Amino acid sequence: MSQNTLSPIATNGGDLWAKFGETWKSQIEALKQQFGERIEEVKLPSEYPTDVPIVYVKKEAIIDALGFARSTLEYGFLSDLTATDEESEPRFELVYNLFSHTKFTRIRFKTRVRENEECPTLVNLWPGANWQEREVFDMFGVRFTGHPDLRRILMDERWVGHPLRKDYPLRGYQVFTEAQHIHTELLE
Amino acid sequence: MAESKYNQTLPSGIQIAQGAQDPAHDTDDLWDDSRVTVNIGPTHPAMHGALRMAAKLNGETIEKSYCEFGYTHRAKEKLGENRTYHNFIVYTDRLNYCSALMNNVIYAMSVEKLMGVEVPERCIWLRMVCCELARVIDHLICIGINAVDLGAFSFFLYGFHQREEAYTLIEKLCGARLTTSYSRIGGMMADAPEGFEKELKSWIARTRKVIDEMDELLTTNKIWRNRTEGVCVFDREMCMKYSYTGPNARAAGIDLDLRRDQPVMFYKDVEFDVPVAQNGDVNSRYMVRLEEIRQSLNILSQVADKMKPGPIWSEDKRIRIPDKDVVHNTMEGLIHHFKFFMTGFQVPVGEAYTQFEASNGEMGFYIVSKGGPHAHRMRIRGPSVWHYQGLSPMVEGEKIADMVAGIGSINIIAGELDR
Repeated sequence: MSQNTLSPIATNGGDLWAKFGETWKSQIEALKQQFGERIEEVKLPSEYPTDVPIVYVKKEAIIDALGFARSTLEYGFLSDLTATDEESEPRFELVYNLFSHTKFTRIRFKTRVRENEECPTLVNLWPGANWQEREVFDMFGVRFTGHPDLRRILMDERWVGHPLRKDYPLRGYQVFTEAQHIHTELLE
Repeated sequence: MAESKYNQTLPSGIQIAQGAQDPAHDTDDLWDDSRVTVNIGPTHPAMHGALRMAAKLNGETIEKSYCEFGYTHRAKEKLGENRTYHNFIVYTDRLNYCSALMNNVIYAMSVEKLMGVEVPERCIWLRMVCCELARVIDHLICIGINAVDLGAFSFFLYGFHQREEAYTLIEKLCGARLTTSYSRIGGMMADAPEGFEKELKSWIARTRKVIDEMDELLTTNKIWRNRTEGVCVFDREMCMKYSYTGPNARAAGIDLDLRRDQPVMFYKDVEFDVPVAQNGDVNSRYMVRLEEIRQSLNILSQVADKMKPGPIWSEDKRIRIPDKDVVHNTMEGLIHHFKFFMTGFQVPVGEAYTQFEASNGEMGFYIVSKGGPHAHRMRIRGPSVWHYQGLSPMVEGEKIADMVAGIGSINIIAGELDR
C-alpha cells in the first residue's frame, strides 16, 4: 500500500492511509456505484498531498452524496462546513469534512460552485450546518437554496462585500450609525 | 382596567393582560401571556463575552429566541491568508483565550502535518503538559463561571486560585500568563526551566485537594441540583445533529474522546479515563468537566514522570529557528534568521484538517496550502460556534434564569466563536 504523500508522522495522526486505506477504498467504490458520474473526481492520500480522501461531487448531487455517507457509510458527524476561493472557474469550492464515530475515519467532500450560482442546503440533514452555511454566505457570497434564514452572521447585516474573497482587501472599514435591530419576524 | 382575579387592588398603571383568566396559565405570574421581546446582550454580565440573544418571553419563559455573535470578529481567517505561518502563532493564542497553550499546540501540529516535520520526544511531552494544563484551567473557568452565574461564589474563587497558581507555572514556561505563543512550528519557544516538573507535581497535588473541596461544595448541594438537573437538556440525538463534541457531547452520552480514539502525541502511553454522563443537562456537563479535571491531573503527573531531558527542536532546516548565539555570532545564522522571519518558510502544496480534543470539543485547523509562505485558506474550526448554535433550541421553554445556567454550561468562548 503506497504511503500518504504528506509524509505521515507517528505522533501526529500517523499513517492514515495505512490504517484506513482499505476502508476508504471500499467506501469510495460504494459512492461511485451509487452516484456514478456525479462524482467528478476523487483525490486519494496516496496520490495527492491530503490527509484524507477528497471526493468532488457535482453540486446537484452533493446533498444526496452526504446523505449516503451519513446513512450507509456511517459518517454521522459533520465536522466542518466551509469554502475556499479558488480564483479560477468555478470559483468556490465548498468543503464538507465528515467524521465517523463508529469507525473513526474522516473524509472530505467538495463541490465546486460558480460565482453567482446557488448550492443546495445541508440543513435538512444536519441542522448544525445552518450557521456554517450562513458563514459561507457571509464570507464568500455563496447562496444556499432552501436555507431557512440566509443572512450575514459574523459581519453586520448591512455590510457590503464578502470578506474572505481573494479580491477583498485586508484593511478597511464601513461605518454604521445605528445598531442592528432585532428581527421580530424570527421570533414568531 | 380589567378586573384582577385575585381581588386585590393593583397600583395604578398596571393592567392584567388579556389571557390571564385562563386556568391553564401560570396563575402566580402577573405577566403571564404578555409577550415581550427582550434583547439579552451583547454587553451583559451573564453572557460570556459579547453575545447577543433576542428572546420572546412569555412571562419568564423563553418561547423563541435567536442568537447573534460577531462582536469580536477579528478576521483571523483572512489574516491567516496574509501572514506567514510563524506570524500566525500569536493569533492562535487569542482564539480560545482560556486555554491558549492548547491552541498553539494544535496549530503547530497542523502546520507540521502539512510539512511532514517530526518533533523530538521532549517537545511532545512538553506539548502534552501544555494541553492538559490548558484543559484543567479552561474547565476551572467554565464550571467556576457557571457557578458564579447561579450564585455560588466560593466555588469560583477556589478554582480561580488554582488558575492563578497555574498562571505562575505557565509564566515560568513562556513568560506570559494568558496569551502564551509557546509552541513553534517544529519545536517550542524555550525549554521548561529546571525544577519545572517538581513544581508541576506540587501544583497537581494542591489542585487535587482543591477539586475535592469544590466537589463537596456543589455536587450534592440541594440548591445546585435543583437549578441544574433537567435544565437545558440536549440529548444524544440533538448533539449528533448539531455536531457537539467534547464535554458537552460526553454529558449526553456520546462516548467520544479524540485523545483516546484518534490518539496523537503520546496519549497512547498515558492512562486516563473518559467520563461520560447520560442526561445531557447542565448538571451532567458540570460533572463531566469536574471529572475531566481529575483525569487531566492524572495525565499531567504521568507526563511529569515520563519527561526526560533532551532537545526540543526538530532539526529540519526549513523550520528550525537558529539559536540566539548562532544568530549573534555567525553571518550565516544572522542571514538565516532574517530570511526566516521576514519572508517565512515555504510550506509544500497540500491540505490537511488537523483536529484535537480541545477543552471545549473538537478544535481543528483546515489549512490549504498552494506553496509559498502564506496559507491559501486557514480555516479554524472552533467548537464554540457549533455549541452556540444549539443554545436556541436548548432554551426553548426554559426560564431566563435557566438560560443563564445553560449558556455557562456549554462553555462559549467569544474568541473561538467570533475568530
